[in-house]
Amino acid sequence: MSRAGRWLRAGLPQLAVLILALIANGLIAPNFFTLTVQDGRLFGGLVDVVNRGAPTALLGLGMALVIATRGIDLSVGAVMAIAGAVAAVAVNDGLAWPLALALALGAGLACGLWNGVLIAVLGIQPIVATLILMVAGRGVAQLITAGRIVTFDEPHLLWLGGGSVLGLPVAAVVALTALAVFLVATRRTALGLFIEAVGVNPRASRLAGIDTRGVLLCVYAASGLLAATAGVIAAADIRAADANNAGLWLELDAILAVVIGGGLLYGGRFSLSLALIGALALQTIKTGILRAGFPPEFNLIVMAAVVAGVLCLQSPAFAELVRRMRLRRSGAGS
Amino acid sequence: MIASRNLPLLATLLVFVVGYALCVAQFPTMLSPRVLGDLLTDNAVLGVLAVGMAFVVISGGIDLSVGAVMGLTTVFVAVAVTRLGLHPLVAFALALMLGAAFGALVGAVIHYLQAPAFIVTLTAMFMARGLSFLLTTQAVPIDHPLYAKLMSLSLQLPGGGGLGIVALIMLLTFLAGGILLHATRFGAEVFAIGGDRRAAALMGAPVARATVLTYALSSFMAALAGVVMSLYTRAGYPLTGVGVELDAIAAVVIGGALLSGGVGTMFGALLGVLIQGLILSYINFDGTLSSWWTKIVIGALLFAFIGLQKALLTLPSLRSQTP
Repeated sequence: MSRAGRWLRAGLPQLAVLILALIANGLIAPNFFTLTVQDGRLFGGLVDVVNRGAPTALLGLGMALVIATRGIDLSVGAVMAIAGAVAAVAVNDGLAWPLALALALGAGLACGLWNGVLIAVLGIQPIVATLILMVAGRGVAQLITAGRIVTFDEPHLLWLGGGSVLGLPVAAVVALTALAVFLVATRRTALGLFIEAVGVNPRASRLAGIDTRGVLLCVYAASGLLAATAGVIAAADIRAADANNAGLWLELDAILAVVIGGGLLYGGRFSLSLALIGALALQTIKTGILRAGFPPEFNLIVMAAVVAGVLCLQSPAFAELVRRMRLRRSGAGS
Repeated sequence: MIASRNLPLLATLLVFVVGYALCVAQFPTMLSPRVLGDLLTDNAVLGVLAVGMAFVVISGGIDLSVGAVMGLTTVFVAVAVTRLGLHPLVAFALALMLGAAFGALVGAVIHYLQAPAFIVTLTAMFMARGLSFLLTTQAVPIDHPLYAKLMSLSLQLPGGGGLGIVALIMLLTFLAGGILLHATRFGAEVFAIGGDRRAAALMGAPVARATVLTYALSSFMAALAGVVMSLYTRAGYPLTGVGVELDAIAAVVIGGALLSGGVGTMFGALLGVLIQGLILSYINFDGTLSSWWTKIVIGALLFAFIGLQKALLTLPSLRSQTP
């Protein structure tokens, strides 16, 4: 089977979920699929989904890599808050925007490396290690903004949140670029194989000569960097850094995106493009709930139901049940 | 010679005593019984949650749903009392039973589907939070004579302060939790499962029953915390307890429990709660520090205790490797 064919087959459930959610949206709001061009950029329901879903998609890319190594990164929401705070405070202090952006991304990278050192070098469980930054990170972000909501109006930074490239929202373009970069880095080199090997069996892969520590460090650093990117975009979107609410609960959305994207929580397998589709499907479902006139709180129940369904399908116990039913059927037939 | 497994607990005790001494050195009034009583009252909700969380963490699991279950309970009680006209005591009993049943369901899913506790309880958190929003999106005040009566009950302390019903509930919960964890067969099973699930099963421990009961207990405690919160605030609000599950986990870990399971004490969890309360009261007394310092200090303490435990776990094995 060709590469594309294999991908299509693996991603069929995810694509089906996304398409079903899109169709549901179309039924709820008939003008959902209409695209209009205004001032050189596209407007419409689809563009809205892509734009709103971009931060989750960025986090989902990092989370897919982390989960593939049998880890988890709970700190991404807090890292988003830190990056947004750094960018906002830096431009307000009169730094040039490239420098402010570099500082924000550097802060995210540093957060990711901190997680990576705790996990790879000190050997602390990922959920515990990243919990530290999740708890302390928002405090650090508030330390940077001095507890205030810092507004900024630097045009280049704002462009990241509201601008457009070739008619597409910048946020979506950044997410797609990140996907392309990470696809090349993991699938055109052996890095992806190493990541999966570490997820399947860290001990065996170390004995086989893989630099397990290096792989883990890279993965968490990437997650921090992507979270910082999402943080800057989210801050630019609301033209302010809100240390309390930026990226709040988005770590959960990112995990959900990976779970919907078919990433096994038991590690060892990942698909970046499917994680992206998972993030888009999640955003489409959320948009649909809002458009249907349900209160946004309804999101939580629907998301819980979706995850519960995916969990059942993924669980070893369910696989065992299916195997037994097949055995019984073939046994009855013979 | 102190056994190395008791070292984290001793370190926690030391942090609390030294921390309190430093606070008193700066603000001598912090030693008064009134402040001590407030320390217990203001952290009663977190304390009750930490009792349930201690069981879950020691069994090697994690429960992210407790904050949401607590919020759902406050809303449930408020709606039952104000709209359905139930007596508060009936509403409390119903809420506690529903909480335990919810937790039992969560535990059953974790055990029988062999799903990661983290994701299952996350789903449960969404579910409970969503349900409380469906009941109401606004704060529902509770105006029942029983509330005023219950809150006026207090045990007078020598020197002016008093222990209110809320603080008493927390202390009793810790006492009951301590006995259940350290002196019963169920407690021993929780430790065994947390130490090594497979080995526990092979030795004949009822792993399924203990897992279900552990999560049922945790949710029951979360519902009890919701009842306490409802007494404390006299209202039901669906956003009650957002993020409090992390505080509860932090309290248990600072109290010397190992998040990989099998190690921990109830007394340590109480100390973990009190240390967090101490940081908050210090910030209140100081008046110039912002409350976000709490998060940073708690994060630093978490790091210190996790590092300490890691060192204690790895040092003996290093020593045995070198001849």
